[in-house]
Amino acid sequence: MREPIISFKDYTYHYRAQAEPTIYHINLEIFKGERIIIVGPSGCGKSTLAHCLNGLNPFSYPGESTGTLTICGVDAAKSSIFELSQSVGTVLQDTDGQFIGMTVLEDIAFSMENDCVHKEEMIRRTYEEAGKVSLVEKLEAAPHELSGGQKQRVSMAGVMINKVPVLLFDEPLANLDPAAGRDAIELIDHLQKDGEKTVIIIEHRLEDAMHMGADRIILMENGRVISDSAPEELFLSDRLIKAGIREPLYLTALKYAGIHLTGEMHVERMQDLMLEENHKEQIRKWFAERKAKEPAKEKPEVLRVDGICFGYTPEKENLTDISFSVREGEMVSIVGKNGAGKSTMAKLLCGFEKPDKGNLYYEGEDMSGDTIKERAAHIGYVMQNPNQMISKPMIFEEVAMSLTLQKLPEEEIKQRVYDTLKICGLYEFRNWPVSALSYGQKKRVTIASILVANPKILILDEPTAGQDFRHYTEIMEFLRELNEKGITVLMITHDMHLMLEYTERSLVFADGRKIADTTPQALFSDPELLKRASLKETSLYELAKQCDLPPESYIRAFIEYDREVRA
Amino acid sequence: MSATLSYIKKDSPIHRLTGSTKFIFFLIWSVAAMITYDTRVLVTMFLMGVIFFVMSGLKWKDIRFAVLFMTWLIVINLVALYAFAPEQGVGIYGTRHEIVHLFWRYSIVAEEFFYLFNFMMKYLAVIPVALLFILATNPSEFAASLNKIGVSYKVGYSVAIALRYIPDVQRDFHEISQAQQARGIDLSKKDKLTDRLKNSAAILFPLVLSSLQRIEVISNAMELRGFGKNKKRTWIVERPFKKCDYVAILVAVLMLAVSAGFMVINGGRYFNPFV
Repeated sequence: MREPIISFKDYTYHYRAQAEPTIYHINLEIFKGERIIIVGPSGCGKSTLAHCLNGLNPFSYPGESTGTLTICGVDAAKSSIFELSQSVGTVLQDTDGQFIGMTVLEDIAFSMENDCVHKEEMIRRTYEEAGKVSLVEKLEAAPHELSGGQKQRVSMAGVMINKVPVLLFDEPLANLDPAAGRDAIELIDHLQKDGEKTVIIIEHRLEDAMHMGADRIILMENGRVISDSAPEELFLSDRLIKAGIREPLYLTALKYAGIHLTGEMHVERMQDLMLEENHKEQIRKWFAERKAKEPAKEKPEVLRVDGICFGYTPEKENLTDISFSVREGEMVSIVGKNGAGKSTMAKLLCGFEKPDKGNLYYEGEDMSGDTIKERAAHIGYVMQNPNQMISKPMIFEEVAMSLTLQKLPEEEIKQRVYDTLKICGLYEFRNWPVSALSYGQKKRVTIASILVANPKILILDEPTAGQDFRHYTEIMEFLRELNEKGITVLMITHDMHLMLEYTERSLVFADGRKIADTTPQALFSDPELLKRASLKETSLYELAKQCDLPPESYIRAFIEYDREVRA
Repeated sequence: MSATLSYIKKDSPIHRLTGSTKFIFFLIWSVAAMITYDTRVLVTMFLMGVIFFVMSGLKWKDIRFAVLFMTWLIVINLVALYAFAPEQGVGIYGTRHEIVHLFWRYSIVAEEFFYLFNFMMKYLAVIPVALLFILATNPSEFAASLNKIGVSYKVGYSVAIALRYIPDVQRDFHEISQAQQARGIDLSKKDKLTDRLKNSAAILFPLVLSSLQRIEVISNAMELRGFGKNKKRTWIVERPFKKCDYVAILVAVLMLAVSAGFMVINGGRYFNPFV
């Protein structure tokens, strides 16, 4: 019988600031060398579980626990955050916030410094650890010189340097683009095999996290563990769907084709999937029954970008010769690597920055001379983090802000704010404080505060970043409703599902240039283009190829069918 | 363009000195400048400061803003000194050589202007060294040096980490203010002062909230990696004292000795050319 390295026995944790416990009666054993993925909807308690493992609970977030939690033979309740950090190394979600040192070298060495390790030894071990994550050349670099993926690798090196037996990743993929996310999972796999580590990954993006497989998937809901099994068993059951978690797309596709999933098919990963000829025939039959939708009628052009060049400093051009146009009522995704120029493009559209060359047209009229305020009447901009936008304590005041500043009559303000709140499904909360809302609702408030000015175009920066499937669907369906009411929506995003499911068109940016303007289906059927956009192939592409179907049409058919089923 | 002063990475004899050396040097140098009004000493210190600055390889544009700002402060300071006590120099030097009478109690008196010149030189003697200390010292090394002279490393580190996150907060501020301007917040001078104050609250509120979130992440990340575990800690950027460090400190000590020596010779803090 193996000894568990981590063992929860009837463990309950109750934050001092909460009325009810957040996790209840957890019984869970994790063994040395295992790889565990923990999934669950937002608020299911998976972060609390992680905080109990690394000691943030109760040492940073006070609370009471009952039952026992043993980590590497130590009773967590009698331990300290420092003692636990010798066993459990944590890589947080925020790649910027956890970068403490001025340079890569200092950040990797940070925990050794706190252990009073001698300088010569620190340097030796830092080089060794930087080598494992291929960062030796970057040791002198400051955080702003690194990509998101590189910063995450620094954090990994920084916790592994302690020779911790357990590595805990809190949503490692949330802040990375899909290609960087895949690299991160491959690196985690490599480090685990190399160092015989136990790895625990908390992640929404289950299919991506499963890229290199897992021994077990723990599913949590409402503070309880509701499933603890090998991935295969979970995927063959309907537990994921019941808990509102998105299952891997290829599984959904197989189910739609009416294929009964069995253990012999090796359903854990797309790479391992074994399809019989009759399965493939079923998928082809399903595809043949799908009819392509009529393409929508072309609407008039609402926005045109013509030969835009721009640089924040004269030395470096951040955008080079960008041209495209957007038609009324379109839903467009702007995609590409971090630093490719997507956000800069949005800033130019909103008038936050002025182009060095080229023109911008709104409904055929040159708006280059318009101020930020004048543009805002047509084009609304919603930032990624709602906390960066909300500046009033009450929902009504927040939504009314732009009207109040225009000094409109009180009656008109009230009318327009109420109308907007109704559209956004927030009318019943109109007298609530903003702080009482969930993250998704706050996001709605920020969208409402922009919509109240009646813009024709809405630009959103990563509207669904870090959201679980339910909130993702909620926010996106809401945006689609707005879109159907005639608002043109542009979204900057890394989320492949969002591009595929909700946009008809993708503008792909790389190194300050627009390298493609195409449908998401065509984008995801072009491996070369995906690579340049720092995206990755979906399992649907692979599935279509295995069944000798045209990937582009197959992906389109799947998305349309999926939309009907989910609606 | 750099409105804020922060560490600029370079390789120069000044940068190669340890953080502690630069800190100690700065302290001794300041004392030397503070105790004396001797023109000869102060001018020497200023010229040496300029030489050190040239040695550091830093550029005029790196300090332009700071220098202009401090010049402004010094000018205000001198004008105020003159306005409130136009005959202070006469009292100090014991003679009165009036060059021209201006109006009321204000005249151009050689002694007063010599005194004001010396007063200004006290600033100028320290400014180059102070700027060098700020611009050529890696914040982590600064934290290490504070720790070395007995300040708790937690204090030193919080200073270093504040410096580390200044650019991030600046970026947040910029983005928030752009987004709020799009919602009609006007920061130009057209509005009344009360409106402008209210408007800046619309930017500060989200900035404070998002900064608090950031602080939570940082402090968690630091604790999870053992910050605060021991009474002491080591620093990977800390460098051992080399010959040049001892030389630098020796230079500062000699300067202090010269400054003090001239006090003895002059029989006080002032060098008096009028008798």
